Amino acid sequence: MRIDFKHRHSAHCESGVSSNLLFHYGIDISEAMAFGIGGGIFFGYLPFLRVNKLPITTFRCEVGGIFKRVTKKLGVDVYWQKFRNPNKAMDALDHCLEEGIPVACRTGGYWLPYFPSAFRFHFNMHNLVVYGKEGDEYLISDPVFQEPVTCHRKDLLKARFAKGALAPKGTMYYLTGVPEKINLAPAVIKGIKEACRRMLKTPGPIIGVKGIRFLANRIEKWPKKLGKRKAILHLVQLIRMQEELGTGGGGFRFMYAAFLQEAAGILKENRLLDLSGKMTSTGDRWREFAVIGSRNCKNRAAESDSFEAMANILRDCANRETEIYQELMAVVH
Amino acid sequence: MKIEEVPQERGMMPDNIYEVCYALDDDGHYVLTASAGWNPKNIANNQAWEVIEQETAKALNGIHAGKLSPLAFHMAKNQMNTRLLAQYAGFSRWRVKRHLKPSVFKRLNQAVLERYSDVFGITVKQLQQFPEKIEQTI
Repeated sequence: MRIDFKHRHSAHCESGVSSNLLFHYGIDISEAMAFGIGGGIFFGYLPFLRVNKLPITTFRCEVGGIFKRVTKKLGVDVYWQKFRNPNKAMDALDHCLEEGIPVACRTGGYWLPYFPSAFRFHFNMHNLVVYGKEGDEYLISDPVFQEPVTCHRKDLLKARFAKGALAPKGTMYYLTGVPEKINLAPAVIKGIKEACRRMLKTPGPIIGVKGIRFLANRIEKWPKKLGKRKAILHLVQLIRMQEELGTGGGGFRFMYAAFLQEAAGILKENRLLDLSGKMTSTGDRWREFAVIGSRNCKNRAAESDSFEAMANILRDCANRETEIYQELMAVVH
Repeated sequence: MKIEEVPQERGMMPDNIYEVCYALDDDGHYVLTASAGWNPKNIANNQAWEVIEQETAKALNGIHAGKLSPLAFHMAKNQMNTRLLAQYAGFSRWRVKRHLKPSVFKRLNQAVLERYSDVFGITVKQLQQFPEKIEQTI
């Protein structure tokens, strides 16, 4: 069977899944809007969570957070389920599909055969929508691919039960009820407030703008502390987290700028346009960081491309972002 | 980032695959545009693959030296360590480590071998084999 589901190519999986699922139920919001209302913008340097022995740096909020918040703020009802038993998880998925419900699943990208081999890493935070089944092939709307794809049952099963850090444990979720009228403005305001609060006021040194500065201090010490080779590996991981498939570049900062632009129209608030512009230039700064970082990785670093220089760019990003979130707070208070 | 600044530097992505990214059009509005890739990202990705290839080569050397079982090769090729492989196969970590010894691996029964081959998506026969030299993984 095949549910009539509109696949829209997106920059990031979770906000794409959110916006596509909502669109299916008649709520037409863009990916950037879903990202913004869901308070997706974030920063966290998590040295105790590791992938391939390298610390995780994240530019977006926790897995599932965007979807959870955007649906809650719009008053949409959602059903979540986790599983122990893989076969039961697949049966539950089939059951939903038979009832005509498109279902979002959390998966490990490594096991999805339609991923280009160059991107097959153990990465357990990939979201996609299953919208049909033909024989043993599932029809999948994976928002980071241009076209819908298919995936065999055994591969999807493996992907849904990927192991390691942040294992998805067969998680699936779908919408169960949509309100008749959607009021975007209050949701937008709440989304902005929440994001600002998290970026500015999270306790501890590793989250939010404080986290960016913390990372800057760490980066300076990497070459001495870890040795050249390991410092480069840490840097590689960082750049990949920032720019990997599905960030829209600049570690989600451009996507958030796009959201602010849309929000300006919804709230009729021109100050948000300015802030969108500022966010765009911060994104450009983040990209500069990646450029210098990659030169270091390739041993093509010039004098001015030292780890200190990179740390200074990060500090600049932190300062710019602090200013943006403070002003945003003032706009939506 | 403006539309004309959106990088089109194809690296490891196949020709028919594009990413979407956010960029400003001439009027300063954000739009979604396609990108074929970006060099800094390609470099970082290449580096990540080099590490995987080094690990795989290390495992192969160990096998040829008679110190490791073929399992070590498949584990490295699938970007796993003993912890992750143990989780996938449903064995304890020390058992997986034991299975990395050639003498132990040789005596493993069919059921255990199948658990591993299922994880890697290959046959038991393939599990017992390993290449002479590392081939290009991607």
